[in-house]
Amino acid sequence: MLALYLRDVRLGIRAGSGALTGVLFFLAVVAVIPFGVGPDLNLLARIGPAILWIGALLASLLGLERLFQADREDGSLDLLVMADSRHMLALTVFVKCLAHWTANVLPLVAAAPLLGLFMNVPPLSLGAATLTLLAGTPAIAFIGAVGAALVVALPRGGLLVSVLVLPLTVPVLIFGVAASRAAVADPDPFLQPFLVLCALTLFFAVIGPVAAALALRNAD
Amino acid sequence: MPDTHETMRLDAESLSGARGGDTVFSGVSFALSRGQALVVTGPNGAGKTTLLRILAGLLQPAAGRVALSGGGTAWPDTASASHYLGHLDAMKTALSVEENLLFWQRFAGHARMSVPKALETVGLGEIGHLPFGYLSTGQRRRAALARLFVSHRPLWLLDEPTSGLDRASAGRLAGLMEGHLREGGMIVAATHLPLGLAGARELRMERE
Repeated sequence: MLALYLRDVRLGIRAGSGALTGVLFFLAVVAVIPFGVGPDLNLLARIGPAILWIGALLASLLGLERLFQADREDGSLDLLVMADSRHMLALTVFVKCLAHWTANVLPLVAAAPLLGLFMNVPPLSLGAATLTLLAGTPAIAFIGAVGAALVVALPRGGLLVSVLVLPLTVPVLIFGVAASRAAVADPDPFLQPFLVLCALTLFFAVIGPVAAALALRNAD
Repeated sequence: MPDTHETMRLDAESLSGARGGDTVFSGVSFALSRGQALVVTGPNGAGKTTLLRILAGLLQPAAGRVALSGGGTAWPDTASASHYLGHLDAMKTALSVEENLLFWQRFAGHARMSVPKALETVGLGEIGHLPFGYLSTGQRRRAALARLFVSHRPLWLLDEPTSGLDRASAGRLAGLMEGHLREGGMIVAATHLPLGLAGARELRMERE
């Protein structure tokens, strides 16, 4: 399983550098917001964490449809499915999600504090937004795996994955933004929405791979 | 690494295969015990690939059943006991040949040959460090064949194993397959070219 994780991370970094594409897209989204909203620093600081979350959410959907498609195109997916009795398929999917998250989404989380500066987000709020992204984005990868598994046989499934996956990520977005805003808006509690966010990630870490495995097994 | 499962056998009983709701073949039965090979021949579209995918557990048969018996706990079903070599090579073009094979060895377990030795076995000793994407068609096929040797599986399911191979490589493959049979392995190979396997039984499939 470690071998699969290492292979996928290595592929993610080496081939096509999906990580860089994602970060550039994230940068583009965040950079145009001040032009659209106007130079009101207070307003930007207030909506900053939400923009960071939306940008990261959209950017993390970018490479998602390749999660299983690349393996299907070169025939690896058959072997991964066949190895079910040795490595349970759901666990294989889980590891692939983790590798996808490491190679494609973790760079977004790392870039978030820097991009937050564009939005005049105060340091405490920046820290909170980054922390919530770290805790919440794995859930997006696990939900995304289900979408990616469903469209694995379709030639142009990219947009379809996003449309399938986005509604399901709404709770993650709500609690992620709520927690990162609560860090600065004083009466709002930080811990409760943050814990709900962690719970969502854990929940989808179980449901997502099982559902994706089911879809992959019936893909033919 | 010889198997201790002396009585292992593969049974297929009146199998039917369907693709997209259409039956491609029906009533296929055979039995294979250790050291035996079955060559599946027939025109394009006769269902050779479908049959192999059913044996590999990747497709459900429309009727009939496939059973592997005597495999013990190590090989409970055909999917776990077999190497499946399809039309595609299951290799990543961005990784080197060695990295690819090392990954499959670790993932599949039951390590048998080291990666350099397996590459030498298929006659690719020199090029393990190259990215898989740089190889020619025949070299790719041979690298994919090396996967059969880095980890052990008693049953080989080969779909057109000689496609893209030159005559010398195809001859070498026949020798390697005979070696696998001598060690007590089983082979089901789909092909429309003669493989040069001595003593292999033939299953002729016709288009319905």
